[in-house]
Order: sequence, then C-alpha cells, then structure tokens
Amino acid sequence: MEGLISLAVKAIFVENLALSFFLGMCTFIAVSKKISTAIGLGISVMVVQAITVPTNNLLLTYLLKPGALAWAGFPDVDLTFLGLISYIGVIAAMVQILEMILDKYFPPLYNALGIFLPLITVNCAILGGSLFMVERDYNFAEAATYGLSSGFGWALAITAMAGVREKLKYSDIPDGLQGLGITFITAGLMAMAFMSFSGVKL
Amino acid sequence: MGLRSFFDRIEPNFTKGGKYEKFFPIYEMVESFIYTPKTVTSAAPHARSYVDMKRIMTYVVIATIPCILMAFYNNGYQANQAIATLGPEAATGWRIALLQMFGIALNPESIFANMAHGFLFFLPIYLTTLIIGGIWEVIFATVRGHEVNEGFLVTSMLYTLIMPATAPLWQVALGISFGVVIGKEVFGGTGKNFLNPALTGRAFLYFAYPANMSGDAVWTPVDGFSGATALAVSAADGYKELAAQGLTWMDAFLGFIQGSLGETSTLACMIGLAFLLITKIANWRLIVGCLAGTIGFSLLLNLIGSDTNPMFAMPWYWHIVLGGYAFGLAFMVTEPVSASHTNMGRYWYGALIGVMVVLIRVVNPAFPEGMMLAILFGNVFAPLIDYFVVQANIKRRARRHV
Repeated sequence: MEGLISLAVKAIFVENLALSFFLGMCTFIAVSKKISTAIGLGISVMVVQAITVPTNNLLLTYLLKPGALAWAGFPDVDLTFLGLISYIGVIAAMVQILEMILDKYFPPLYNALGIFLPLITVNCAILGGSLFMVERDYNFAEAATYGLSSGFGWALAITAMAGVREKLKYSDIPDGLQGLGITFITAGLMAMAFMSFSGVKL
Repeated sequence: MGLRSFFDRIEPNFTKGGKYEKFFPIYEMVESFIYTPKTVTSAAPHARSYVDMKRIMTYVVIATIPCILMAFYNNGYQANQAIATLGPEAATGWRIALLQMFGIALNPESIFANMAHGFLFFLPIYLTTLIIGGIWEVIFATVRGHEVNEGFLVTSMLYTLIMPATAPLWQVALGISFGVVIGKEVFGGTGKNFLNPALTGRAFLYFAYPANMSGDAVWTPVDGFSGATALAVSAADGYKELAAQGLTWMDAFLGFIQGSLGETSTLACMIGLAFLLITKIANWRLIVGCLAGTIGFSLLLNLIGSDTNPMFAMPWYWHIVLGGYAFGLAFMVTEPVSASHTNMGRYWYGALIGVMVVLIRVVNPAFPEGMMLAILFGNVFAPLIDYFVVQANIKRRARRHV
C-alpha cells in the first residue's frame, strides 16, 4: 500500500507528465485558455489514462509478453512487436467511448472540447503513460495507480496553466509574444516551479 | 523650487512632439522618483487613497532596511570570524586591501569592522543588480512606452538580499536579467507578472548554477572556508546537531548564521514585516495562512516521525527561524501581485506555501532550503485558488437566492 501511495505522489508531482516530461503539450497549450474547459479536459484525460494503462497492462501480461500466451498453448510466442499498435488501438477505442458518453450526457463540455477530444487519442501523455508502464514493469495494481495519478498530475498542470492564463488576460504582452509565445514561456516558468520536486526520493 | 522648475522647464522636450519624445520613460522615472507623480485617474471608478504604487514600493524598500543592516553586519561577522579561524593568510582580495587602506581591522568583535566588511560584499552585488536590471527596465520602458516605476527598486533589493555573498557578479547579472525580462517584462511590466521576478531570477540561477548557489562553501565569502547552513546540517544530522555545533535558537533568530546575504535574521525580517502590516501593505491573512500551514504540517510530520530522515523531527519553531523562511514570509509571500487576490484565497495560498516549504525541506534532499521554491509553486497556483474561491462564492449566493 505504501509503495502505491509513493508511486502516486511521484506520478503526480515529481514526474508530472506535462511539466517534467513535457508530454501532451499540444492539448496542454491549446485547451488551457479557460479554467472550466481545462478541468473538463483534465478529467477526460484522467479517465482515459486510468482505463487505458491498466487495460494495456492486462494486454501486455496475457497476450504480448514473451511466454504470455502459455495459457493458450503457445509458450514460445513473443508478440511485443505488436505493442505500440495494440496500445494505440485500446486508447482509440476508449476515447471513442468517452466521446460518445460526453456527447450524450455533457454536451456543453463536448462542444467546448471540440476537436481536442478525439485528439486525446494521439495525445502523447496517454501513450506515454502506457509506454512508461511497460518500461517500468508495473504490475496490475501499480499500473492502475500510475494511470490514475499520472492523469491527475496532467489535469492539475493544465488547470494551473489555465488559471495563470486567465490571469494573464489582464497583462500587457508585447505583440510578438502574444498567444503561443507567452504560453510557452508560461509553461516553462511553471515547469521551473515544479522543479522544486525534482530529486524527491520516495 | 529650483529642481521643480528645472523639471518643468525640460518637460516639454520629453512629452509628445518634443525633441526627446522617445526618452520620456527615463524623464518620468527620474521625475517621479523625486516628486509625487502628478497623474490622476480621470475615469470612474474613483477610490481616494494616498497609497499609490510609488508609496507601496517605497515602503517595502524601507521595510527591508533592518535586513540590509543585518546583511552588512552578519556577512562581515561571518567573514571576519572565518579569517580569525583560518589565520591571516586567508585574508586576500580587494576588500581586505580596501579595509586595510582605511585602517579597519578584521576584528569579529567590532561592530563597525563587521559592518564595513559586509558592506563591501553587499555593494557590488547590489550595484550589478541595479545597473543591469535598470538597463533592461529602461530598454523595455522606452520601446514599449510604459513607465519605469519603483517596483524595480523592490525587486533589485529583494534579489540582492537573497543572493549568497560569494555569487559571481556575472551570474548576478544573468539572474536579474532573467528575472526582469522573463519574469516580468514579457508580461507587460510591474503588476502584470504571475511569478515574483526576484524569485524567478534567483531560482533560475539556482537550477542553472547549483555549484555557485548552494552547498557549503558559498555562504561565507572567505576562500577555503566551508560552513554548512543550519538547514543543511539539520538535513544531514537532525536539528539537535545544531546545538552540538554551538548554534542556539536565539542565534538563528537574531541571524548570526550562514545563509544568503539578508535572509538570516528572523528578527530583522519581523521588524520589516511589522512595518508592512501596520502600513497595510502586507495582508495579514497571507501570514496567518502561511504560519498555520507550516506549524500544522510540521506538527503532523513530528507525529509521523521517521527513522531514516532526521528532518521529520524538526519542530516548527526551528523551521521558521532557519533559511529564507522569515524573509520569504515577510517580503515574498506578502507580495500582492503574485499572491491570491481574494481574502479566502489568501488563507489557502499562504497555507499552500507553508505546507510546501516544510514538505520540500523534509522530503527533498536536493533542496534543503525550501522557501523560495515553495513560494514559486504557490505563485503558480494562486490564480487557480482565486478561481475556486470566486466559484464557491457564486454558488453560495446562487443557493441563497433560489
């Protein structure tokens, strides 16, 4: 249990997907203009992440790993080369389902997210989460914790970013930097503040 | 009124259509530094107050005076003390030569000798900050047509006071450039930034040149002398070890310890803070929140305890006298621009910083000093806290009037 808690804290703060690995930057920068939308997207990413990472973990353990197919009578088969495509398949399916749910039950959020909702499919934070899971050899419980907490960390980062950007509406930014330029600078400065966690050993 | 009429005479050269129209910000800077600004708000709403930006900033600079004096004294004291320990051959460099020229002995017992020696460490850093940062301010003000205001005096003073005495001057210049340009000017100048510019510059140096900004050798400006800060000692061996090294709580409170230029003395910071609170420039809610967060969280960690990490056992009254805590609390947590703007949010913002500083100090072995990073972290979340406070308020009122 203690291991899972420290894994969660690590995934949220120390190894924040957005601000220390800079994954999922396209959505991070494009959908962080308003706090309410950012919270919506953050929650969507969190949900997708919390489902896909453990699902991909099951996929890896029972289908892809060398020897994983022993239960079906093929102990020598190694399907890891199918890893990437299967993970993306799972992610795409999950996002599709999420999209349908949002469309039916939360139409305002669905409209606000617009094109960025299907784009979660190719959000590097999501695929990154699954690949980190593979690389670090998480078991199922760890994968579930990691999925949820890394998604939460990303959501936290994008919400904070949206807060800062709403505040920056009142600032007076030089012409050349308006829009994306200042957003990149802001993201960099935020990442510097998040560096206070780098080096934490849990 | 010679000076006033001089300004009045040359003013037309700088206003629109004048010969030196481009340099109006420089004229304005000098004029408003000496006289009360003449500008008044012409459009509603009107709030009458004598506290304008100039006054706020000047008050903050006044509030740092105890810390500045302490910076002179303590750095001179630490240097003289180190020289006394290491012997006279450690006394090298232009400062020593200058002191000897005026016949000032390197005596750690003498207040005047300490002040003079410390002053010679403070001055180059402060001048570099002022000149380099000032150049940036003026460039931006001239190109973008806004005013150079007293905010920069505060930034430069705070920045100087949180530098280690041995900081190389080119790094000082680089740090203040980063702080002023990236931390403030790209957002449009004073009042429009979201991070504290002095801290941004300092944190930039901290991550870019850790060897010159942290560690044991940088605090006392004498070659070959290495003195760990009280926090580094506690992180390694627990706070009880401090007593074994002859450092009492009172020493830390008064500020006779290793540390950045002006942040060592809790007493001096408290005097400054009291001044800011009385003049209502600092908001007391931030202080209450921050202290509550620190005290609550460190008590919690005391309770949890740890066999491997001695910092868990550090009581809160040690936390608040060590490192940059008091300085950050007095001058940076209370900075109105980067803090939360709602009253409820101010408690939360303070508490977030209070908790974060203890957390960073305790669990992060890489950064035993935690205040600076905790405040930057708080700055990032301040707008979000405001947002949630406002939303809660809207919800509450909507419920009341169904």
